Amino acid sequence: MKHIEPYRRPGSLRALARRLHSIPLPDRPINLMEVCGTHTMNVHRHGIRDLFPANVRLISGPGCPVCVTPRRGLDTAIAYARDPNVILATFGDMIRVPGSTSSLQDERAKGSDIRILYSQLDAVEIARQNPDKIVVLVGIGFETTLPGNAMSVLKAKESGVGNFKLLSLGKIIPPAMELLANDPELNIHGFLAAAHVSTIIGLNPYEPIAAKGIPVVVAGFEPADILDGIAMLLQQVSDGRAEVENEYKRVARHDGNPRAREIIGKVFEVADSDWHGFGTIPMSGMKIREEYSEFDAEISYPVEVEPTRLITGCRCGDVLKGLIEPPECGLFGNVCTPSSPQGACMVSSEGTCAAFYKYRRVE
Amino acid sequence: MNDKNQNDRITLAHGHGGLASHKLIRDAFLKFFSSPELDPLDDAAILEIPSDRVALSTDTFVVQPIFFPGGDIGKLAIAGTVNDVAVMGAVPKFISVGFVIEEGFLISDLIKIIESMASECKRAGVRIVTGDTKVVPKGALDGIFINTTGVGILRDDIKLSGSNAKLGQSVILTGPAGDHGAAIVCARNDLGLSGDVTSDCASMNDLISELLDAFGTRITVMRDPTRGGVATTLNEIARSSAVGIEIDETKVPIRNNTLAVCEILGFDPLYLPNEGAVLIFIDSDVADDAVKLIRKHPRGEFGAKIGEVRNDLGGKVVLKTATSGRRIMDMLAGEMLPRIC
Repeated sequence: MKHIEPYRRPGSLRALARRLHSIPLPDRPINLMEVCGTHTMNVHRHGIRDLFPANVRLISGPGCPVCVTPRRGLDTAIAYARDPNVILATFGDMIRVPGSTSSLQDERAKGSDIRILYSQLDAVEIARQNPDKIVVLVGIGFETTLPGNAMSVLKAKESGVGNFKLLSLGKIIPPAMELLANDPELNIHGFLAAAHVSTIIGLNPYEPIAAKGIPVVVAGFEPADILDGIAMLLQQVSDGRAEVENEYKRVARHDGNPRAREIIGKVFEVADSDWHGFGTIPMSGMKIREEYSEFDAEISYPVEVEPTRLITGCRCGDVLKGLIEPPECGLFGNVCTPSSPQGACMVSSEGTCAAFYKYRRVE
Repeated sequence: MNDKNQNDRITLAHGHGGLASHKLIRDAFLKFFSSPELDPLDDAAILEIPSDRVALSTDTFVVQPIFFPGGDIGKLAIAGTVNDVAVMGAVPKFISVGFVIEEGFLISDLIKIIESMASECKRAGVRIVTGDTKVVPKGALDGIFINTTGVGILRDDIKLSGSNAKLGQSVILTGPAGDHGAAIVCARNDLGLSGDVTSDCASMNDLISELLDAFGTRITVMRDPTRGGVATTLNEIARSSAVGIEIDETKVPIRNNTLAVCEILGFDPLYLPNEGAVLIFIDSDVADDAVKLIRKHPRGEFGAKIGEVRNDLGGKVVLKTATSGRRIMDMLAGEMLPRIC
């Protein structure tokens, strides 16, 4: 892991910050959006916003898969967890997210069998070891996570593990970015595109955004990557260009990972999808193809879901769209903290509210 | 007990006080734990204590997996209890042990745990003086739980407490942050990482003793940063002492392997437990000398001054980051969970 250190060296970061300030910029507010939750976390963790020119504002975007999962999706997972025949398999981030009347953490305390995974394939193994149970994998995630979700279905099919089911809540990022690019209220002048999502999808899916006149730079997650990516965006603004550029060449290739996309495409087809805070975004979700429907939890093992209840005052949705910063929400820091989260954005390790809270500053 | 019977298992009979219990006590516990206080097998141990002030600490160990790189539940139980007593400025002497064992537990595994406890006791200079074993039906617990209580004799000259941190003092950490937590996370999940992550699980009473000999009352707080790690322990001390603490992120020793595990899973090493490191609050004019002494110790090679006690931070623990600025380092909220991506 020695390779991380050079990207965090204070001297290099100061040099990059000087470069940011040397780029001639128009004398007006410049709004950049970091799309991915891991960017958000690292921006706050390393105090990167302090290094920007005064008129450059970095807005946090919707790239936290836990946060954009609609409450109905979480309630569905909770409904499965309540079924005594079900073992629910999930990523750790989901455990504490509040649903309409409960959370997976509360259901686990009441006796539900909920397993925290590091790899989706472990869910298939759990199903194999528990043939008398239904194992439901909570399949949230963006392009980075989707190949694993797809592989779990393929693996279950290949090894005949019929009691494995996927609750498909996966989403793809570019449609949400396009929606935000069109939002006059946001007025975005550049996107810092997600590092790991781009290792899968490559650069081409961002071209429609550049075609609207908004620069896109794919950047890595380390502080030096983020500063470098911001500099590349500002240089484009300065030059009056709008192109798709790649700061993260050491990992993300122009064509991404065709093999991973092939696996995703084999199991899933694109469909309309509900995003927390956005509502339905056309062709932005992942639906399991009919030939794999025996592994589609909602089709082959449907469950009754309680009516959705939204939390009064929680402005997660506005935070996800970049319309407000977390401290502008009335609940932030008093009613809503990591110990008593009201919305997913305060729970997830990539949530914008969690980032603002965890790394809140001392003046 | 026959060593050939590698597959022999604990049965409910081993906990019923009859023949099986007695055989287990004789062949396993007494064989390894023998001490003048334990050997009579009376209902209570008689302790000769040359002091009217003792430190008493109890802890229960439920770690999964039971065996992990760098230790096992037995070593952890002894080292954990020794350290809890030692950081109060007491010389740990006696330990009681209670086992709760799940029916079906491998006797060979139990022996391994007992051997490991005995050798850690020897290393730390403590004796097991009384014990108890219960067996519970299969499924009532996962493998084995161990409860220990330690008794230590307080040094006359020393008064240590989490509420004694004083303005201007330096904060020292004797070893890399988070090593135990990272090792446990790796052992629970086959992450396929190259390079080992080993728990730092060890008794630290020898180093603590040396430090107190050398610096006496110049040291006012010692804590082992176990649950919640360095960050949570510092918050506890800041709260009890009503002071602020500033930690310099670049000075905190962290192993590359621990950092790698944390990067992959989204953990913060400052919130992962140590089981063989100590946080020390010491007058700043002797802090460098203390670090020198710590670094001569086999488990202190990475010891470092990581921060200082301040009065301008509103009672908060603040982290000065490598990049710029300072941020609040809070207590951990809930359990630390692996992230999705």
